[in-house]
Amino acid sequence: MAGGKVNNSPKILVFSTEKISDPAIDMAGLLKLHYPPTVYTIPVPCSSTIKPRWIMHALEQGFDGVFIAADGTDCPYGESCTDKTGELVRVTMEEMKKKGMDPARLKMAAICSVCSEPFVNHVKSFAEYLSKSSN
Amino acid sequence: MKKKIGVYVCHCGGNISDYVDVERVRAAVEKEDGVFLAKTTMFACADSNQKEMVNDIKEMNLDGVVVASCSPKLHLLTFRAVSERAGLNKYNYVHANIREQVSWAHSDDKEGATQKAIKIVEAAIAKVRHAESLDPIKVKATNAVAVIGAGVAGMRAAIELAEAGSEVFLIEREFFVGGRVSQWDNLFVSEESGKELITRLYDEVMKHKHVTLLTGAEVVENSGSVGNFEVKVKITPRHFKLQCNPGELDKAIEVCPVEIPDEFNFNITKRKAIYHNYPSEYPQLPAIDMKNCTRCGECEKVCTAVDFSQKTEYRNIKVGSILLATGFDPYEPKKGEFGYGEIDNVVTLPQFKRIVHYSKDKLMYNGKEVKHIAYIYCVGSRQVDGENKYCSRYCCTATIHAAIDVKKKFKNVHNYHFNRGIRTYGKQEVLYDESSRLGDIYLQSFEHDPPIVEKVGNETIVKIKDILTKDQELDVAADIVVLVTGMTPRKDNSIGNLLKVPKGRDKFFNEIHMKLRPVETVIDGVTIAGASQGPKNIMESMNSALSAATKSFSLVASGELALEPTIAEVNEDTCEWCGKCDEACPYSAFEKIEKNGKFIAKVNPAICKGCGMCLPVCPANSLNLIGFTDEDVEDMIDALLPNT
Repeated sequence: MAGGKVNNSPKILVFSTEKISDPAIDMAGLLKLHYPPTVYTIPVPCSSTIKPRWIMHALEQGFDGVFIAADGTDCPYGESCTDKTGELVRVTMEEMKKKGMDPARLKMAAICSVCSEPFVNHVKSFAEYLSKSSN
Repeated sequence: MKKKIGVYVCHCGGNISDYVDVERVRAAVEKEDGVFLAKTTMFACADSNQKEMVNDIKEMNLDGVVVASCSPKLHLLTFRAVSERAGLNKYNYVHANIREQVSWAHSDDKEGATQKAIKIVEAAIAKVRHAESLDPIKVKATNAVAVIGAGVAGMRAAIELAEAGSEVFLIEREFFVGGRVSQWDNLFVSEESGKELITRLYDEVMKHKHVTLLTGAEVVENSGSVGNFEVKVKITPRHFKLQCNPGELDKAIEVCPVEIPDEFNFNITKRKAIYHNYPSEYPQLPAIDMKNCTRCGECEKVCTAVDFSQKTEYRNIKVGSILLATGFDPYEPKKGEFGYGEIDNVVTLPQFKRIVHYSKDKLMYNGKEVKHIAYIYCVGSRQVDGENKYCSRYCCTATIHAAIDVKKKFKNVHNYHFNRGIRTYGKQEVLYDESSRLGDIYLQSFEHDPPIVEKVGNETIVKIKDILTKDQELDVAADIVVLVTGMTPRKDNSIGNLLKVPKGRDKFFNEIHMKLRPVETVIDGVTIAGASQGPKNIMESMNSALSAATKSFSLVASGELALEPTIAEVNEDTCEWCGKCDEACPYSAFEKIEKNGKFIAKVNPAICKGCGMCLPVCPANSLNLIGFTDEDVEDMIDALLPNT
């Protein structure tokens, strides 16, 4: 990554889902479970909504990592969400490899509507990985 | 592109401004392109601020509005409504979450929180620049509600919905209605019995031609969404054609060779495979429990109403809303918890109530008369080490009420209450007073120093270091020890998973907002009532049942729902029908049409739910979701970028 970071923590873009993982991220705040403030969230309707080009855009423009807080099997739009989200992650990682990027800069995990602690643990360990790998 | 955007940054009392420098946020975003006005406000949701926003929008002709405050789950709708009141289409409003996801999440890093808040608001501004006015999509809603659970809450809700004019399907998993309340005798204040209460509700339910009661019935599948749910109900037969002739049922029960613990009496008695919970329970038709029946055929010989040919049925039901009133299970103490399961005269409060029910002249347990009763409070609630951190609310009152009843019903009974502080809140306090006057003895300990139950010779001794008498070590030889067990979520709460209703930290069903939206869930169209949501007494269950019924009714009543117009759009210029979007869509919202000499995809707006599953699969990138177009998302990403 290009240097000149103000904050030492890696910048992570989270795609959350309006009905499932975003409430969990809200609750992490409610419970004062802290995570780095360089984690930013864009809520989308469902994790299989995310276009690979959005992820590429974020990574190419300066985010260190992208985390998809996926609906998993809890998706209100149906079971196929898990496979579809997995597929878009696979496609994006292929493209990342082609461009010489570390595919581990994209991470996905299912975050249920009350999975506040798992969310915080995921972003913390992701931030740790990114800070080690980008320096 | 918007030219006159208004931005409001909320202090939320201090919930935001204690950690985020809101003035710095305001000053930073004021310079953004298109921002015409930027203000801070103590409470954005307060009436006075809403009025001010309406005036600002009207007087300055604002064409886009951003409020940076709490989670959109709380106030997105509030501020969309403010825009509407000011004559600005509500889709020109964008919400920025700087409380749950900024000030609270980063209360340990004020500088970091402030910087993040600036980025989050800038991203919202980036999004509002592209916002367009939209009209809601109208869809037909089925004016019918599935009420799941026929306890007091479910039956009350069903009656209310039917009276208001909805078709109601009341679905009960057990063969008999009434839930937990049917297991209780006298109830405070009216001294009616639980059974009487259930009888009244059941009679009203049966009176309504718009309520269909299904017993032995369980929802096994669910599809569709608010306005148009389709649930598949599995109905287990009772194996009775009609009511037995008088005397025949008693004989049939007598000849049944199967004996199993009776769950209705919390396993203190046994029942047969052919059973009813108590005479005249509703529906009055008995049932055969096929899980335990050996098909020996003895009952058929003595009762002509028995019918083993009945088959499990499946029924598909269309409803506009689903109301969950599935109740609770009492806490089951662990083996050895205060001697439970090890010392024979240690029982739970629900068991004790059944023991009192079945005792006639003398209070008897295990063939011995009971005179000294020790009640140990907060078993399975307010746990220091266990998972149940919550107070179960009803148990202090229920125990004291039971203790008074016992004293009134039987002579020479002595009650000893080993408590952790009595919580007979509200009107129920008079019970505490009455029991004290009747001579009940209250002994108290802290959570880390609970009473000890042990067997000494033939006696069961309860010991306590009583903080009310300056830590004196006191003990009571008890004929029965009653563990005051709290409420826990249903062991089988699979209906919640099926409907995808989230659960809280206490594992009960979770509402959207405890205070502001107390009966709605994040699953649109699914409401919750009664103890399925957390410990409640009957009065509180009724309150929530009525509000859930009203909420469900308001969704389905008009026969039409206004749905979010944020659906998928096809770029007709670049689309060359390949069918990938059609394969990805879980709702079959795509149609192949011919236009301008080529085949392209068309979205049916009434079917599209706006999930966006089609977006990433389009090889030509011809699909966009309104509100989440490439422009919207990529501009938001740019705004959030480091060092911009």
